[in-house]
Amino acid sequence: MQGQIESFVQNFPCFSIMLCMFAGIISSAFKEKIARLLNIIVLVLNIGLSAAVLLYTVGTGESYVYVMGRFPAPWGNELRVGMLETGLALFFCVIMLFCLLGGRHKLVQEVEEGKQGLYYVLADLMLSSLLALIYTNDLFTAYVFVEINTISACGLIMIRQNGRTIEAAVRYMIMSLLGSGLFLVGICMLYDLTGHLLMSNIKIEIARIVAEGAYHPPLLVTIAIISVGLAIKSALFPFHAWLPDAYGYSTVSSAAILSSLVSKGYIFLLFKIIYRVIGFEVFHDSKIVDILFLFGLMGMVFGSLSAIKENDIRRMIAFSSVAQVGYIYMGIGMGTQAGMVASVFHVISHVATKSLLFISAIGLTDVSGGSRKFIELTGSGYRNKCAGVAFSVGSLSMVGVPMFSGFISKLLFSQAAVQNDGKMLPTLIVLGISTILNAIYFMKTVIRIYTPVEEGEYPTVQWQDNKIYTAVLICFVVLNILLGVCSQPIVDLIESGLNIFA
Amino acid sequence: MSRIKSEDEYKKTKAFHFFRWLSGEKDPYIGNLEMKPQEEYITEEASIRERMRESQMVMDKVYNTKYNKWQILFRRFYRIMAVMFCIMLAGLLLFTVSYLPPTGNASNPDNNEVAERYIEKGLQETGAVNIVTGMILTYRAFDTFGETNVLFIATCCVMIMLMIEDAELKKEEVLGDRRFEPKNDAILQAAAMILVPVIFIFGIYIILNGHLSPGGGFSGGATIGAGMILYTSAFGFKKTQRFFNENIYKVTKVSALCTYGLVGIYYYVTGANGMENHIPLGIPGHIVSAGIIFPINICVGIEVACTMYAFYALFRRGGL
Repeated sequence: MQGQIESFVQNFPCFSIMLCMFAGIISSAFKEKIARLLNIIVLVLNIGLSAAVLLYTVGTGESYVYVMGRFPAPWGNELRVGMLETGLALFFCVIMLFCLLGGRHKLVQEVEEGKQGLYYVLADLMLSSLLALIYTNDLFTAYVFVEINTISACGLIMIRQNGRTIEAAVRYMIMSLLGSGLFLVGICMLYDLTGHLLMSNIKIEIARIVAEGAYHPPLLVTIAIISVGLAIKSALFPFHAWLPDAYGYSTVSSAAILSSLVSKGYIFLLFKIIYRVIGFEVFHDSKIVDILFLFGLMGMVFGSLSAIKENDIRRMIAFSSVAQVGYIYMGIGMGTQAGMVASVFHVISHVATKSLLFISAIGLTDVSGGSRKFIELTGSGYRNKCAGVAFSVGSLSMVGVPMFSGFISKLLFSQAAVQNDGKMLPTLIVLGISTILNAIYFMKTVIRIYTPVEEGEYPTVQWQDNKIYTAVLICFVVLNILLGVCSQPIVDLIESGLNIFA
Repeated sequence: MSRIKSEDEYKKTKAFHFFRWLSGEKDPYIGNLEMKPQEEYITEEASIRERMRESQMVMDKVYNTKYNKWQILFRRFYRIMAVMFCIMLAGLLLFTVSYLPPTGNASNPDNNEVAERYIEKGLQETGAVNIVTGMILTYRAFDTFGETNVLFIATCCVMIMLMIEDAELKKEEVLGDRRFEPKNDAILQAAAMILVPVIFIFGIYIILNGHLSPGGGFSGGATIGAGMILYTSAFGFKKTQRFFNENIYKVTKVSALCTYGLVGIYYYVTGANGMENHIPLGIPGHIVSAGIIFPINICVGIEVACTMYAFYALFRRGGL
């Protein structure tokens, strides 16, 4: 009986991907109320399913392979599930639920009446593609779901229809398709070199090729193309031009989902490619890591500088994403296990914090007459107390104050840097500079929203006025503090997850 | 002029009509067909001036080129660099291709056990004579389900972009649908009368024979979609809506995708858990054979046909 239940739990990743797809397909035929209900049901179910799989994988301590169909490894599709995958899937589902609930009142205001149902269709399919990217063990399946991800992300941006969002969506689409194209070219070359599409089989073949010393130039170009393609899609520094408009003008749930989940899905795919397709040592020897490291460092500085210059709170948070993605790539670029652990933790910390910032910023701008300019935001922390507190928590976490999640990831980054001889000095220096720059623009905002003004023309909002919004903010703050205070189990989970990841 | 028949009687004969048409005295389409000569599209001078003023304003205000000479220099530099970069990227990729294994070489890495099993055991394991269909719908069924969903989500995005919800605008768009082409074009209608049934039947044939001969859901669905577009452009939306309106579109699309999903999940779960698959493979070569491929091909065909038609209708008038 026990064994039967355990083998049944193994089906859950497949169920959760298919559930999201069914929900998306069915809700396209219904009105927005049913679509919204279906979406919430599916998200809650998915949280349950992922939690069950997480418990199961932590219990067994190893990852398992789930064959999608009758045909095993090199012939059919398969999923591979370990603790890291399920942990991230659970986390992504939770954040997705919070983002959609927290931005619901703005969605009703900003999106045309008949099209709100389609928003949930896009959200369901987005979640399915994220889960598939997390679980899949097949490069071509990954590409198919990257496509779904890209198209639904475009839809999420342009569903609020005005000139800026349509321009942002077009820009996002062009850049993102360039990234997809490079990724596809990379997959084709890998197939040509190895004859496989399954990740584990490619890795075996690549180890053989490298040992023989054959095909060195195409392998190098392939690694570079795949890394650059995914870097464009996740907005690494020189490729981030699409980002501020896409995050700054879309409706708030979309901005939160895009900044926290979509870019992280691609980063997780890159982790997967490094560990499972190319192999950690081969990737490290290819020197591409050094380029990623350099871009990461530049992103940390220039992203923050752009954020300081910004006079619009949403765009400021968007530019801060560039800096944070820079941190993640810096961790990858260190080329050590500790750097990778720090990167994965920063993925989690950034997902939790950035969505909190976007959702709370909307509460502040709403009590400032809808204006996003800093001058209008003066004193808005008093007018909407919950949003003010939540924004401050998010800012403190981003700056890296102890007790919050951002501190732990900075700590992990510096520990990783100290263990790394060659890259210690640049990492620590840039980490210091970037922290100061972060502090400048986030503390500037926090001081601004808590500067008292005389009886202003703007109304004050109580927490009872929008209970769902307040509840979401409280959940986000609790999550952030939890990540900051009880980080050790999560770091242990990531470490053991990465050990069985390859 | 006939010598046997009188003038009035002669005018009723076919010969008279034929000779009159031959000499060009009467055009049978005049009076029977609504014809409007195509006009060249002329831009009004005011709108040209407006556009020029706007682009000048962008240059002056946004880029401030008057005081910012660097901006002009940078734009020039940017263009040159963009071209150079593209050439370099193309060169790099071509250089890489020259190092890849030569095409058609028997010892290439991609001639391995994967392709071998597809070719040698494909018929026996999937029941499909067409190995390509067998491969995409059985061995790699999950990928193809994702690919079908790409089409679905693409229609959703086009709907967000182009669907007109406002009742007034919708009415206007329906009325103005025939603005750019003649109503009831006899030639097009006659051709469509003959072609559309043939196209539909051919599309259905491609879908149903997907596992036996080249073709399958994607190509057959595209054929049926093209037939529907031809019918609509010949007879107008009103006639198409008698058999294909928004509700029917939703029902067919959702039921096709759900059937595919259910068949798919049944196949994945039974396969993964080593349970017996109750869908029989049948006798290779028969129409109803090849297990899950047959129903999935029909579902994919319906979805593709719906997508093709929906794109056309949405781009043309913002609604189905």
